[in-house]
Amino acid sequence: MDLKEKLTASFLAFENQVDTDTYVHDVRNEAIKIFEEKGFPSKKEEAWKYTSLNSVLKQDYSVFPKKENAIEYSEVKKYFIHDIDTYNVVFIDGKYSSHLSQTTHDGIDVCLMSSALTKPKYRLVIENYFNKAATKDSLPSLNTAFSNEGAYIHIPKNKLVQKPIQIIYFSTGSEAATMLQPRNLVVVDENSHVQIIERHQSLTDNPVLTNSVTEIFTNKRAIVDYYKIQNDNQNATLIDNTFIKQKQESVASVHTFSFGGKLVRNNLNFYQLGERIESILKGVTIIGDKQHVDHNTLVHHIEPNCESHQDYKGIFGESSTGVFNGKIIVEKLAQKTNAFQANNNILISDKATINTKPQLEIFADDVKCSHGCTIGQLDESAMFYMQSRGIPEKEAKALLMYAFSNNVLNSVKIPEIKQRITKIIANKLGVNIGFDL
Amino acid sequence: MSNKYTEDDLREELKTKEYEYGFYTDIASDTFPIGLNEDIVRAISLKKEEPEWMTEWRLEAFRAWEKMIEPEWANVHYAKPDFQAISYYSAPNSKPKYDSLDEVDPELLATFAKLGISIDEQKKLSNVAMDVVVDSVSVATTFKKTLGEKGIIFCSISEALREHPELVRKYIGTVVPQKDNFYAALNSAVFSDGSFCYIPKGVRCPMELSTYFRINQAGTGQFERTLVIADEGSYVSYLEGCTAPSRDENQLHAAVVELIAMDDAEIKYSTVQNWYPGNAEGKGGVFNFVTKRGLCEKNAKISWTQVETGSAVTWKYPSCVLKGDNSVGEFYSIAVTNNYQQADTGTKMIHLGKNTKSTIISKGISAGKSQNSYRGLVKISPNADNARNFSQCDSLLMGNECGAHTFPYIEVKNKTAKIEHEATTSKIGEDQIFYCNQRGIDTEKAIALIVNGFSKEVLNKLPMEFAVEAQKLLEISLEGSVG
Repeated sequence: MDLKEKLTASFLAFENQVDTDTYVHDVRNEAIKIFEEKGFPSKKEEAWKYTSLNSVLKQDYSVFPKKENAIEYSEVKKYFIHDIDTYNVVFIDGKYSSHLSQTTHDGIDVCLMSSALTKPKYRLVIENYFNKAATKDSLPSLNTAFSNEGAYIHIPKNKLVQKPIQIIYFSTGSEAATMLQPRNLVVVDENSHVQIIERHQSLTDNPVLTNSVTEIFTNKRAIVDYYKIQNDNQNATLIDNTFIKQKQESVASVHTFSFGGKLVRNNLNFYQLGERIESILKGVTIIGDKQHVDHNTLVHHIEPNCESHQDYKGIFGESSTGVFNGKIIVEKLAQKTNAFQANNNILISDKATINTKPQLEIFADDVKCSHGCTIGQLDESAMFYMQSRGIPEKEAKALLMYAFSNNVLNSVKIPEIKQRITKIIANKLGVNIGFDL
Repeated sequence: MSNKYTEDDLREELKTKEYEYGFYTDIASDTFPIGLNEDIVRAISLKKEEPEWMTEWRLEAFRAWEKMIEPEWANVHYAKPDFQAISYYSAPNSKPKYDSLDEVDPELLATFAKLGISIDEQKKLSNVAMDVVVDSVSVATTFKKTLGEKGIIFCSISEALREHPELVRKYIGTVVPQKDNFYAALNSAVFSDGSFCYIPKGVRCPMELSTYFRINQAGTGQFERTLVIADEGSYVSYLEGCTAPSRDENQLHAAVVELIAMDDAEIKYSTVQNWYPGNAEGKGGVFNFVTKRGLCEKNAKISWTQVETGSAVTWKYPSCVLKGDNSVGEFYSIAVTNNYQQADTGTKMIHLGKNTKSTIISKGISAGKSQNSYRGLVKISPNADNARNFSQCDSLLMGNECGAHTFPYIEVKNKTAKIEHEATTSKIGEDQIFYCNQRGIDTEKAIALIVNGFSKEVLNKLPMEFAVEAQKLLEISLEGSVG
């Protein structure tokens, strides 16, 4: 039985065991139909031209976790940004871990999707926002059909959330292969501000397939700062679908740091539904081995006077593959749009591959849109300069690569995250130097 | 130069003209019944007195075509042509080999005059040899003798099949195989005629070779096949221009162009495409589905230059396969779309050899309700050390009902590659127009001026004769787009 059959067959059992109101029930039923019809995406689809899921789908995944697993905080402390005070929403094999979490209902809601889906108190928010941003593509639909658990964050008007929120998904690998489908919903009301850090981490080498969906809604003048840290081990596959709907004058930024995983696919979609909106998409990818990272971004400019900035840097070593597919659509109404996109890549191995496709679709005439894309190597004269001054080759290379990705790191607003990323980069490049010079 | 063309002439012309080249000449022609099957393919081959292997080659292509599905990935929308409602062969009748122009059908000569390409005048005044194709069959080939002295073969492909079958057999389909794509397969099966050119080793072709293609028969599709071979160390500059008569019914044009540049050779291929674009309501117009590809051996260079102003739907990607070390590929393009025209055009640069270089400059201008797409691929294979590519795609939007799209694909498998790609989209600035108006240049003329400036980089790459014509075409194409 292949994965698709397995999933569709287990849908009924799943639906029976969760007890929800009719709204979500209908949404799930509709979603499973879409998935049944479309199936898993294949390379024949333009959006999946460079990324094949075939090898990932071959595994015999267990779709529902059989038992609850507990882990000690000391074992996983290193995966937290632990040097600052944060709210934590932690899941182990898809199940909420109250032990590791720190949630709140004090003025803001930082809690669980499962309770939000069932408690009448949240009904209005769920009906207004749940599945209202996600596309009808096959993988988001699959997630919707099985959506049950994840982080639920609702920040009401005029709140400045003092502590960042960490969302962490651990998988213990207690079963041979696990499939997880977390579902997050973030609603930020007028004039509010929130910072969120998301991480997926497997604790053993057993394969994990995560098909995650995050929906983010930023209302008027809201500010959302979202960080994705992807540094999982070599058998983990992550398909991250993030959809952001922005209202007027809001600012949303998403930083994606991809260093790990067997296959990572980031579908990041921004929809600008008001004027004077700013969207920021940044990413650093440093991979080696046979890793595969695919960034698929969409910025949909629907209203006038908005801006978007995209900056993705990639360093690809060994037999790794990098894909960047950035799409900007500017609708007829969206005059005075300013859309900027850059994708710079460095290949450091003969076997590494980069496929990039920066795509512009413009229907308005008074716009400033540009995209740039480069693929190159480390500057030999810079290398020579450093080496002639006593910096060993390896360190010199690392310094150059760090400098290359630095303007993405510069816009990270939480210093502790910056430090953490810097450490991961140093680790990844095999050097022992602090870059915070 | 005799054909001085000023802005005033243009204004006069714009007032009066709808589509200058939209006329229809009634030449009693020998047309096949509509439809396509193996018999028709055999009949075409027979009619053209082709050798046995060629017939087989066509049939092979036809059988492959039958199994293929019409591609839909391009960013264009149109009513698909009914391939069984097209006549696949039409030739002007009674075609003796002319010794002089006097023997040519006078009606045909009148047609040439209307197009402004009187052979007589061309012969005397310009240094251009013409291989004129009216509806598929080559009628007049001039300057053949001059070329012959240098050992250059420049003739119709059917003549080449008769007189130089070994050359055709060796090279046809080597760059664009029969089964390459839907339209290439169709063309391979039913191509009626086209041009063949062979430049021997070390010869520099003394003149620009040019061919004018036109569609001139109701209900016939045009399937041209061009094969240009530049042997070691040779050079040739080839020009191709198109105009088509006004007609309501959509016409299909599916040409294949193959270029082969051997070691140290250079081919410059320039196109001005001005098929009938349909009227202002988007009715009629030519479907232009073309496969153009060149193969570069060691140190060779292929340069594509195109000015695309016509056709209702354009689907065209002149490509370079940079097989040999140190080979160079260039692509310069201006695509103008107005009214309801749709263009999906660009290039492919396939880097296989070491130290290969490619340059892509694409300028898209969209006006009216048109859609203009750039679609390109730069591919660096694992062995292509030190490959270098520079791409630039600029789009100019006029009015807010048109669209500009860019789909650049970049695939790199070699760490020494250096790739740069940049794209911009802009509109004509009000301050620019204001500046011109202030100095007594009216808005329409100002736009023509700015568009010319925008396209200069590409226009400069065209041979002189074409540059003038292309500039004129740009202006005509954008007529009425001032909003």
